[in-house]
Parts: sequence; C-alpha cells; structure tokens
Amino acid sequence: MLDQPTKVAPPILEVSGVQKFYHASNGPIEALRGVNLTIRKGEFVCLLGASGCGKSTLLRIVAGFETATQGSVTMYGFPVDRPGPDRGMVFQDYALFPWLTVRDNIGFGPKHRRVASKVVSELTDKFMAMVGLTAFADRYPHQLSGGMKQRVAIARVLSNDTDVLLMDEPFGALDALTRSKLQEELVEIWRTTGLTVIFVTHSVEEAVMLADRVIVMSAGPGRIDCEIEVDLPRPRDVASPEFNALRREVTQKLTSHIAGSRAIAADS
Amino acid sequence: MSLQSTMDDTSNRVQLVPAAETPVPAVGKRGQGMQRARAVVLALIVPVCLMVIWDVMVRWTGTRLVPSPYGVAVMMWDFAFGGIYDDAYSASLPIHFWKSVQRVYGGFLCAATIGIPLGLMIGRMPLLRKLLDPTLSLLRPIPVTAWLPLSMIFFGLGPRAAIFLVFLGAFFPILLNTVFGVRSVDIRLFEAAEMLGCSGAQQFRSVVLPAALPSIFNGLRLGAGFAWILIVVGEMTGVPEGLGAVIMDGRTLSRTDLVITGMIIIGVTGFVSDRILLMLSNYFLRWSPQHHA
Repeated sequence: MLDQPTKVAPPILEVSGVQKFYHASNGPIEALRGVNLTIRKGEFVCLLGASGCGKSTLLRIVAGFETATQGSVTMYGFPVDRPGPDRGMVFQDYALFPWLTVRDNIGFGPKHRRVASKVVSELTDKFMAMVGLTAFADRYPHQLSGGMKQRVAIARVLSNDTDVLLMDEPFGALDALTRSKLQEELVEIWRTTGLTVIFVTHSVEEAVMLADRVIVMSAGPGRIDCEIEVDLPRPRDVASPEFNALRREVTQKLTSHIAGSRAIAADS
Repeated sequence: MSLQSTMDDTSNRVQLVPAAETPVPAVGKRGQGMQRARAVVLALIVPVCLMVIWDVMVRWTGTRLVPSPYGVAVMMWDFAFGGIYDDAYSASLPIHFWKSVQRVYGGFLCAATIGIPLGLMIGRMPLLRKLLDPTLSLLRPIPVTAWLPLSMIFFGLGPRAAIFLVFLGAFFPILLNTVFGVRSVDIRLFEAAEMLGCSGAQQFRSVVLPAALPSIFNGLRLGAGFAWILIVVGEMTGVPEGLGAVIMDGRTLSRTDLVITGMIIIGVTGFVSDRILLMLSNYFLRWSPQHHA
C-alpha cells in the first residue's frame, strides 16, 4: 500500500471554485474565495494556515455542515450537500456523547445505520483495540484524559466505515507529549487502513510531520496560497536536516503571505 | 426539593473508577460510613433545635391554641394506628395518605408525559416554539391557586379538580426545564450525530433526550415539589379524603394537632419522594461529571 504512488490514485474528493460569505452585522464577510482542491484516494493532506484563513470553514464545507455560497464540493463525482458517514469528522473539542461509554460512543455510527448488533460489537472491539482503549471500554468521556477522548473520537469515525477522515485541529488542545504520540498513532492508522485524511492545523511542524501534501492557505479572503509536496520517508524524524529544511521552507511560505496580507491591510 | 439533598448526593453516590490521569484519593468503606453518619447528625441539628424551641415556647406562653410536640406525636400515633382518641381520624392515615399519593403522582405523571415530549419538540422545532411560546409565557405567571374556581367548574367538586391543579403546578417547571435543556445542548453533538449517520427523528431519542436529561430531572424534581404543595389546595375543594382534606378539617374543628400532623406527613412524604427522584436521577445521570464531581 505504501509503495502505491498516491499521485496516480483516483480523485476521491473535489473542491471547485468554492466561495463562502458570512453575514455579519457590518455586511457580508468573504471567508473563502476561489478555492480549488483535488484530494486523491489514500492521500494525507494538511490544510495549513494562520487563524482566520478559512481552513476550518473549508473543512466544514467538505463535511457538509456548511454550504458554499458559490462553487461545489463533489465526492466520487456526487455533490456534497449534507454531513454523511462517508466523511467522518474529528473535532478539536472531541464532541463525544457524554452519556455513552467508550464502547457505545465507538458503536454509535454503526448502530444508527442499522448494522446487526453482533457486527457492531465486533467493529467496536476492533477499533477500540486499534486506538488502545480496550481496558477503558466502560468508562464515560468525563473519566478520560484529552488524548484518550480524541482516540475515542477517531475510533468512532473509523468504526463507521468512513472514506475520508476530516480532522479540525484535533490535537490542538493536547499537551506536546500526548500530541506527538497521537500523531504517530494516526499515521500508523492511516497506513494500515488506507484512509484518506484531510487534516487542518496551524502548526508547520505538525503539517510536515504528517502530510503527503501541505496546502498553505492565506487570509483576507481565505484562499489557497500554494501546495508543497512532502516526500520525506516515514516515520519522519523531526531532528533530521531534511525535515528542518522543509519546515523552514513551509514557514517561509506561510510568513511571507502573512507579511503580504499585513501590507495589503495597511494599504487599504 | 431541598438544598440539603442537592448537597448530599456526593456522599451516597456509587464510587466510579477514576481515570488514570486524574487519581482520586480512595475513600474507604469505614470513611464513607463516618461521612454518612456525620451528614445525618448535621441534618438533624436544626429540626431538633426547632422542636426544643417549640416545646419551650408552648410551655412558656401557656397557649392552648398550639399543642406541644408531645401532643402532636400522640396525635400522629393515633392517626396512624388508632387506640388513643378513637375518633373519626383514628387509624385513618393509610386511606388519606394513599388518596393524596395517587392524586399527586397522577397529576405529576400527566405533567411529565405531556411536558417532556412537548418540551423536546418546542426546544428543537423553531416553528412550534414560535407557535406556542407566547401562549405558554402568558399562562405561566398565573398562580395555580387562581385556577381553583375554574377547575371546580370544569371538573366538579372532587378529586379530578385536585389532579388538574397538581398537573398545572408540575407541568410548567417540567416543560420549561426540558425546553431549556434541549436549547443548551452543545451544537457539536448534533453535528457529530449527523456525520455518523444519525439524523432527523432518530436524533430525538439518541441525542436530544439524553443530552437534555440533567435539565429534565431538575424539572421533575421542581415539579414534584410543586405537586405536593398543590395537593393541599386541590384537596380543599370538598374531597372527603386526603391529607389536604384532613388539614382543612383540622382547621374547621380547631384541632391544631391534626393540622400539624398533616403538615409533617406531607413534609416527610415530599422529602422522601424527592429522594427517590434524586436516586433515579443519580442512576440515569451517572455519566455526568456534574453529578459525580
């Protein structure tokens, strides 16, 4: 699976000409303009940008929680107009169901799609083991640490047989140690399952660590600034010169347009 | 519903296994028993003091209008088991108690079966909210006792008028708390449910109801409290049996010992019924950090 070049894989998700306006009290705000993006099957893509660049908005449009003012999102050629189990979302604030145990949270999706209860419990056991939470099966979310909650959120989406994993700054609220542990685990899960991942982050290091392809976004209005392929071998070493060179390059891209947008803002 | 019972529920809860990251100091069985005994002693201090003051005041003023605690205790014994006064009220507690309990829970259950589903729908459907909210807000400030004459016209003299009053008293706190509970559900949970393939009517059972449950239980406890308050008013409408009727009779007969006996029994029953609701609430909300802090 690893040797399979992702570039020849068929596109799974296509964003074309997406524009998004929000209505604020002082008139409409343009959150996204002219966003075009093709995601191929099995790809790990990071959307990177400072806050306010519209990366989360773009992800929410792909998820179907919000609709684009103009343009379209298609998955396997079919337009996306609502949330669905084919696009599983992992939120920064976990959004676990607090009244369900770890086991029932992970089984929520299959259960509601009328999967036979025997199959639900098999799926649940499988993905609980995959994220290492079998021993915590009967705990409630408030009895878990942040890292464990996010593992449940990931397993909940995986057990639902999702095609694309959408992650909205999922590790943003975690401490550095837990974050790097979860990054490793996520890459491992991605490698074994062959999922397609779209991962929103504002951390250059995280993006370079995880992605096949980093999409750098800029603000005012939100748009795609450039794309950077990351072809470092996995597992990636944060301390290696190649990693640092790439991190520097991405940081430059990111800061140059921030400086640029500041200049524009100063002009207007 | 008392302040005490809300404060106390941490002491008799089931100890859940704490998360590895947040170890909670283990409290031994003996330590828990000591804490419980301490809570009981603390809870009894004020009632005992009040009884002593009551007794001293009755003796000191020499009043014949208010019986001493001992007089009430004798009345209570006679009311429950008979054999002392052997009048119309001797050993009649079970029938009065049973009638009142039936009416209180009849009205209360009606209020819950209508209030909870209606609240879930009003909370979740903007159209229904716009349709009903103004009318409900208009009806809400009317004191339930003001409905007494109308309820007697609607339902005649008898238990049905009492049940109607209990229903009205319990209905609004249950409805409003349910609506509030639904409205304060984290919007993320609906998004999470939807992206997992649970949408539309399924969400009522799987997301809206459990998420609003803490608030619904608050409403139920408030509603049950009002139900016990209103049973006395309801049974003043000419029903022969019931604790409220006994209190009214005691008033007309100038038997203050009977009045106080009725008051104490209603107080204790209301307390016990709140405790039962609290136990149910602790069981159904065992997932909630607010209930097992």
